[in-house]
Amino acid sequence: MAEKVTLSKKERLSVALRSTFLQGSWNYERMQNGGWAFSIIPAIKKLYKTEEERSAALKRHLEFFNTHPYVASPVIGVTLALEEERANGAEVDDAAIQGVKVGMMGPLAGVGDPVFWFTVRPILGALGASLAMTGNILGPILFFVLWNVIRWGFMWYTQEFGYKAGAKITEDLSGGLLQKVTKGASILGMFILGSLVQRWVSISFQPVVSKVTLSEGAYIDWGKLPEGAKGIQQAFEQYASGLSLTPTKITTLQNNLDSLIPGLVPLLLTLFCMWLLKKNVSPIIIIIALFLVGIGGHLIGLL
Amino acid sequence: MSAISIVLVIIVAFLAGMEGVLDEFQFHQPLVACTLIGLVTGQLEAGIILGGTLQMIALGWANIGAAVAPDAALASVASAIILVLGGQGTSGVSTAIAVAIPLAVAGLFLTMVVRTLSVACVHRMDAAAEKANFKGVELWHIIAIAMQGLRIAIPAGALLFIPATTVQKFLTSMPAWLTDGMAIGGGMVVAVGYAMVINMMATKEVWPFFAIGFCVAALSDLTLIALGAIGVSLALIYLTLSESGGSSGGGGSNTGDPLGDILNNY
Repeated sequence: MAEKVTLSKKERLSVALRSTFLQGSWNYERMQNGGWAFSIIPAIKKLYKTEEERSAALKRHLEFFNTHPYVASPVIGVTLALEEERANGAEVDDAAIQGVKVGMMGPLAGVGDPVFWFTVRPILGALGASLAMTGNILGPILFFVLWNVIRWGFMWYTQEFGYKAGAKITEDLSGGLLQKVTKGASILGMFILGSLVQRWVSISFQPVVSKVTLSEGAYIDWGKLPEGAKGIQQAFEQYASGLSLTPTKITTLQNNLDSLIPGLVPLLLTLFCMWLLKKNVSPIIIIIALFLVGIGGHLIGLL
Repeated sequence: MSAISIVLVIIVAFLAGMEGVLDEFQFHQPLVACTLIGLVTGQLEAGIILGGTLQMIALGWANIGAAVAPDAALASVASAIILVLGGQGTSGVSTAIAVAIPLAVAGLFLTMVVRTLSVACVHRMDAAAEKANFKGVELWHIIAIAMQGLRIAIPAGALLFIPATTVQKFLTSMPAWLTDGMAIGGGMVVAVGYAMVINMMATKEVWPFFAIGFCVAALSDLTLIALGAIGVSLALIYLTLSESGGSSGGGGSNTGDPLGDILNNY
């Protein structure tokens, strides 16, 4: 062969940068097709010189495509390798290229969704949000920087990986690596979700279950404390030694539930929401209903 | 609000709208969008707190396949603008959250409209491809992205032109029982997002890890980073053990299930 056309690192980088906009023209007809063609244009320009070839290549890459936006990168890598072979005269027809794209997008979306949307984003989001709720600017910064480093690192590395592995990638990936990554992510995700439910779903029942008048000596007798700072000191000492602040011990329904299992009610609420979602109740409806329950419950003094 | 602030708010809104479909840089996530709006309007702290609170609710909102989730972009941008105009600072956060939820629904419909309009754009791209016109393909793709940006930038701009006093009057006219109740509701709404995520991931195999996480989190000394470290370790331990269990399970029946192998050999 006279001279082999290959894609330089510059073009591959340009494709990767453009694939950031993969979902830009997401549409109900062919979904990510426009963004796919947009991403791959630098490669088409390099590999094909005649107008017919270029037009055919553009049309072939405006076919239906849809996957998780980040795991599209390895598919792009493989497609670049295939297009390169084709431009150098190898027998790679349209059906082969489309076949690779469609064959990879399903299983990969099955990895991308749980890993990025359901593990990495909730974890980073919760980490950032818990800082942000105290007004700490580090929360948003941490979330933004970590996310984009992980995202870009993943996209560039997997696109290069796909490009170098070429069509062999499907064999590599079916070797159990994908299942392992997905399973590891689900384990981590479920663990974190368990802790998030415990920590961040808040319901507090207000009704008072019991009111017990404590015997003398079981509570701080504010009248008998010395004046000034000394009194405050003594009060703290007595409080630390287990004396109650008030002469009556008030137990709310919430105290009872917490002594059973802390976070039991949030857990039950979460399970109930899961059940509703499985019954195809729209999340929006559940959200609005919960707000109404919050207002109603507050009005009657339950919450 | 100064002219520069208005321009910057609209730019942030445009970025958030683009990201609402791109899902790359995460400008549409409340944590980022509310903070940026707070930053450009000089109310950084209120913006950060609103962002954090709204982020907790929106943790599980994700676009899966062709399904579109409640729209975090419009919810965060518009509620942050209302928070700023309301002038109540950090104490206005719970009211702003209450306003954000209906906005998330409105944003959902807007993005569905734009995603339908984008069909026309890709048809133009087809026509450009016919003539091998790279510029045409690129142009129509960029137009489609810009439409998604405008989807948020236009409502944000319109909100800015409502006089601040009107917004304040509206917010202060909300009685305490309503805002308190909304805040209580907000505490529960978080569960919906988690439930969505759990439904996507839960299998018999990973439920025990949920239980461990739930119990361990009751120890309030553990930060989220510590919990993350425990979670990663558990995942690694599990994967390593299940692998070694599978390979030592006897050469003949490699089912990857040691107990099953023992039963088969019995």
